[in-house]
Amino acid sequence: MGPQSMVDQSTDPSPALVTVSNVKKYFPVNSRGILQRNAQYVRAVDDVSFTIKRGETLGLVGESGSGKSTLGRCIVQLHKQTEGQIKFDGVELSTLGNKEMRTMRRRINMIFQDPYSSLSPRMTAGGIIGEPIEIHKLAGSSAEVRDRVEELLRIVGLNPYMADRYPHEFSGGQRQRIGIARAIAAEPEFIVADEPVSALDVSIQAQVINLMQDLQERFNLTYLLIAHDLSVVRHISDRVAVMYLGKLMEIAPCDDLYETPLHPYTQALLSAVPVPDPKVELEREHIVLQGDIPSPISPPSGCVFHTRCPIAVAECAMTVPPLREVAPGHMTACLRVGPDAI
Amino acid sequence: MTTLLEVENLKTHFFARNSVIKAVDGVTFDLEEGESLALVGESGCGKSVTAMSIMRLIPNPPGKIVGGAIRFMGQDLLQTDEATMRGIRGNKIGMVFQEPMTSLNPVLSIERQLSEAVQEHLKVSKSAAVDRAAELLDLVGIPGGKQRLKDYPHQFSGGMRQRVMIAMALSCDPKLLIADEPTTALDVTIQAQILELIRKVQWELGISVIIITHNLGVVARYVDRINVMYAGRIVERGVLGDIFADPRHPYTKGLLASVPRLDRPKGSRLIPIDGMPPDLSALPDGCAFRERCTYAVDRCATDTPLVMPVSSGVGHQAACWIADQDTDASGRPVGAAIDG
Repeated sequence: MGPQSMVDQSTDPSPALVTVSNVKKYFPVNSRGILQRNAQYVRAVDDVSFTIKRGETLGLVGESGSGKSTLGRCIVQLHKQTEGQIKFDGVELSTLGNKEMRTMRRRINMIFQDPYSSLSPRMTAGGIIGEPIEIHKLAGSSAEVRDRVEELLRIVGLNPYMADRYPHEFSGGQRQRIGIARAIAAEPEFIVADEPVSALDVSIQAQVINLMQDLQERFNLTYLLIAHDLSVVRHISDRVAVMYLGKLMEIAPCDDLYETPLHPYTQALLSAVPVPDPKVELEREHIVLQGDIPSPISPPSGCVFHTRCPIAVAECAMTVPPLREVAPGHMTACLRVGPDAI
Repeated sequence: MTTLLEVENLKTHFFARNSVIKAVDGVTFDLEEGESLALVGESGCGKSVTAMSIMRLIPNPPGKIVGGAIRFMGQDLLQTDEATMRGIRGNKIGMVFQEPMTSLNPVLSIERQLSEAVQEHLKVSKSAAVDRAAELLDLVGIPGGKQRLKDYPHQFSGGMRQRVMIAMALSCDPKLLIADEPTTALDVTIQAQILELIRKVQWELGISVIIITHNLGVVARYVDRINVMYAGRIVERGVLGDIFADPRHPYTKGLLASVPRLDRPKGSRLIPIDGMPPDLSALPDGCAFRERCTYAVDRCATDTPLVMPVSSGVGHQAACWIADQDTDASGRPVGAAIDG
């Protein structure tokens, strides 16, 4: 645990629902030969800390290989973290036994990216949505389950008579609605949504985004929204965290991050997203990053971004930049940003 | 400027056991030399099938080009025999596909894959073809082109593979490059690199480009003209500025209102297009967008709207009975031709 990246949250008045402290997730890469020693590790998530307040939406953005999905899966304990703590409502999740975790899963749920592979093709929509209600014994009779399923279908904008249909009979957007209905079936407090709209067509995306916003308002949900689409994230997040190669680069209130990004990676990432307006496009500055994301097996020394950074200096290859608060609520991990910037 | 490509009333249908799927049903557009054009639409709108029809790569059965004409450099591609078409494919028209992972052969070196096409089409010696391959890798910005020729596709990242695909499409100096969702599988920073590269080669080599995409943002930065497609037809077209500043077709308006934008603060609510695209095997009479359209009138249910001029924009046309009501346009159907 690196103490320098511990983030002091004591000044924050509103209590955190989710606290992630110094979380690391390393995946072993087996070496060849008879001993099969784990010589190397993929450092998917490397010392990440942040909090999510009750009722807020935290957007987690980054490119493929940044570790955002792995972190999301650690938070719902689909992966056990290698190091660090993940606390939900004050309870450290990794120390819970299977039975306790199962009870906890009622309060934490997940919406997956691919509406095609995340629904069992052999279960009806009603069966899929009703399963969590049965597992957590939230209904007294099968008729009650049925009523609840019909209500959930109505909430997500589907017709109750569709409960007896199978997933292949639905379109992509409708399937994602079923996935959302399942996720809210056990009345969770916190939902991790991993790329919930990226598999959908643009006109359907808007329907699902609006639905997620409505549900948040109605049930006071807390969201961790994992996405690569920065426009979608801006639209629904209260705060946004940017990851690169397993590290947190910047975290800030939504509008601050988009209007005054401080980390050079965030700046490049934002400038790479095209805006659907040719006038705006003409005036915007475009930073085109050179090269690809380095391998997470042997990440660059110092700041992991220094190999692609347009403003890197020699010092960046040696020192790991700590995440520091440089404006109220606005934290960034760059040696060249902030009051004592080099 | 001279016209390089004219697609006229193209109809490509797919024949299933009990139904006919009208994937492309009367598409007309043209492309000038040196121009970049976008075909924009959602899945199933027929944009990729249009591109595959131009390349004559529609699998038959089940697909068949049942009508229309595709004139490329004065020659009707639908009337040419397969041998001539092979000469045009790759040689005159290069194509880049969406999936850089699956469109390269994993067991052949990049050198082999790049030089093969050059040898085949340009009839040059093997060593000249290898030199050309190295030159192409330099052109598409792969550092140390010559050293990387012996590498295999798995040794390249996704963005690099897409660069190799572009190099391959450009290997025989085509007049036209068709890029079908060239950046959809790539990360945003890599997407920007690839789109910059396509624009660079378009200008440097003076070729025409058709970019097929569902992403209106990609379109806003990188093309001259736009054709918006819906359910196998073009519903609106025009120069970049007209489509974004003054969209006339309700579908185009809906698309623009439904995408979240990077430059808009949180708080505004998206206006989605209700419903879903229609079943292409059972298209309704009249306008295919009618059932999702908030402006629809009685006429939309019976008469199929023709592509007609709207607004004062050059070549700004839309296929909608409502679109031209607030303009002075004569309302005269122009069907095939685009003026200007």
